[in-house]
Amino acid sequence: MKRIGLVGYAQNRIKSDAGSANEVELIMPVVHQVLSDTNLKQEDIDFTCSGSCDYLQGAAFAFVEGLNAIQTYPPIKESHVEMDAAWALYESYLRILSGEAEIALIYGFGKSSPGNLDQIMTLQLDPYYVAPLWPDRVNLAALQANSMLQAGKLLREEMFEAVCAAAQNAKTNPNTLNMIVPTLEEYLASEMISSPLTKFDCAPISDGASAIIIASEAACKKFDLEPVWIEKIGHQVDSGNFGFRDLTLVKPVSELIKKLSLDIQKIDFIETHTQFSHEVVLMAKILNRPIPQINLSGGPLAGNVMMAAGLDAIGHAYKILRDKNSVSALAHASSGPCLQHNLLACLRSHR
Amino acid sequence: MNPAAVIGVGQTKYDSKRRDVSMPGLIREAIDKALIQSGVDWEDVDAVILGKAPDMFEGVMMPELFLADSIGAYNKPLLRVHTAGSVGGSTAIMAATHITSGQYKCVLTVSFEKQSESNATWALSPKYPYTPHINAGAGGYFAPYMREYIRRSAAPEHIGWKVAVKDRLNANLNPLAHLQIPNIDLEMVKSTPMLWEPLRYLESCPSSDGACALIIASSDIAKGKNAAWIKGMSVRSEGTLSAGRDEVNPLAGQLCAKDIYNQAGICDPLKEIDCAEIYVPFSWYEPMWLENLGFAEKNKGWMFTDQGRTEISGDIPVNMSGGVLSSNPIGASGMIRFGEAALQVMGEAGNHQVDGAKIAMGHAYGGAAQFFAMWIVAQEI
Repeated sequence: MKRIGLVGYAQNRIKSDAGSANEVELIMPVVHQVLSDTNLKQEDIDFTCSGSCDYLQGAAFAFVEGLNAIQTYPPIKESHVEMDAAWALYESYLRILSGEAEIALIYGFGKSSPGNLDQIMTLQLDPYYVAPLWPDRVNLAALQANSMLQAGKLLREEMFEAVCAAAQNAKTNPNTLNMIVPTLEEYLASEMISSPLTKFDCAPISDGASAIIIASEAACKKFDLEPVWIEKIGHQVDSGNFGFRDLTLVKPVSELIKKLSLDIQKIDFIETHTQFSHEVVLMAKILNRPIPQINLSGGPLAGNVMMAAGLDAIGHAYKILRDKNSVSALAHASSGPCLQHNLLACLRSHR
Repeated sequence: MNPAAVIGVGQTKYDSKRRDVSMPGLIREAIDKALIQSGVDWEDVDAVILGKAPDMFEGVMMPELFLADSIGAYNKPLLRVHTAGSVGGSTAIMAATHITSGQYKCVLTVSFEKQSESNATWALSPKYPYTPHINAGAGGYFAPYMREYIRRSAAPEHIGWKVAVKDRLNANLNPLAHLQIPNIDLEMVKSTPMLWEPLRYLESCPSSDGACALIIASSDIAKGKNAAWIKGMSVRSEGTLSAGRDEVNPLAGQLCAKDIYNQAGICDPLKEIDCAEIYVPFSWYEPMWLENLGFAEKNKGWMFTDQGRTEISGDIPVNMSGGVLSSNPIGASGMIRFGEAALQVMGEAGNHQVDGAKIAMGHAYGGAAQFFAMWIVAQEI
């Protein structure tokens, strides 16, 4: 099978409110950065794929606006997923495998500041039976956290540990938002948004964009690119019906580990797309890792650009593998309420 | 590239308001038909790829997540494509790429729109911050392109009416088509109100509810089945604001067509392609796309329509199913073109079958005539 590698990643400095900056102004800097880092020209890219969501923008065709950020004349081979851009990367991966392209540019962008994100995400739910009850995004996450608490699979101390680890690890990543690190007393005494979740447990409202370039082995040789190989990649969705799910598990992740024959113990570090502290704990338990070893970049608790945060998990894993003395990493992307849809990518560097 | 073939096509009955079904019910109507035709079952489906146009058409954000169970994606990979009006075509291509990549053996792809849940012209007139609001909908947006085509080609006024009549006569042969107008003729089209110069009411597509599903499989599954083999497929995009773009005859469309002809080994599309399902939401797009796709010379596409060459009995039949002018669930409209092309080469197109069709084209476009998706399917592998 054709080998495909990550060759570049750029992320904007995440902002809690990007003001009047539009999609183009968010995307253009990261695309220019990733092209310049890889010494590639736009003409060298033979497939482009983006991830975005119209409901964040509040108007149809967010991706059409976003496309104005890149050079599209002469016309390009391009597609778009209404998903986190991690799935745009998956689409690009298949395009390269099939021979439709050799080098792909992937970008994701989102601006959560203009609207009420918690309520907007409610529109993602079953419109007949669930959405009319208006459970918001944090309520649903709290439902999952409570299921875990009641099943004895979660302690508030563990949630606190995840919050502190994110803040500590985020110091290595200048693109993250500043996190306040509470003491345990402050944490336990802080006001609930939706029990047991306090503001410390929830990812902050974030605006930004990220871009990644992936390339076939042949293209890496031709353009003298140093790849981090995508050794394995797969994704799986859980039921859309809350009643069918055991919220104390992330079934797609456990099944993907088996399906992809991942040897988790041999993986050096893990970046997850976890937007709430209990999700970090949940993933740490599934992957059998101490909490501080998850999300060396700080993860979404330190900056959570909707439609890009999954791609960022892959990007950070790539960056750490490239810059540090590590060999293999696991990156995770998620979508839907309570970690419904999950993607795992196992990355390996040359060393 | 591993060979891929369509082995099942399923379509709903198209109508302005399918109040008898929910969104999951509508989609399952198409999926169940596709599975039955293909002879494969749920356990054979490795992945599900869903496409639809803007989520604001139904008011559900990323609806594939709540639909996961009803579309059979539970515990499987699920991908959601959105490329504006071309999405049905782009989604079919993305599904086929799952097979050509060698990673999957059999996939289900489905696209839908339940436009009765919302108002398409509202959703298609997005109001962006800091930019002037063009409250035009699709018809108002494309009308200037058509006026410019008429200026360049000096085509007579009745060409638009002829396309409108031809596609509705074809729709009368297709029991699934939304519009069924038995006594349609030029006089009727001509007498309907002018909506957006040069488009009259009957020269415009309807707003429809509907879904289309395809089963696409690798050669080991498709061999021995009645199949439409994908001989060429591609996409092209150009930016809305790209300097130098010709909105009337977009370069992206020309390049996309060239790409699929090359892949399929087609030198002369007019001679070698037996019939085509082309995305014609407004009458004048038939001659415009005939030129863009290389079937007709520049500014002469309208003569094909005038001479009846695009009728089912003509030498290049276009939109035998009645086309987008007769059924338009926007997110599915592209996939319907792709699926109808497959049905033609499978010999399964019923009353609107083109005799002896062996090679057919499916075409979709979207955005401001800037996104293109096309494929060529053939009876032989």
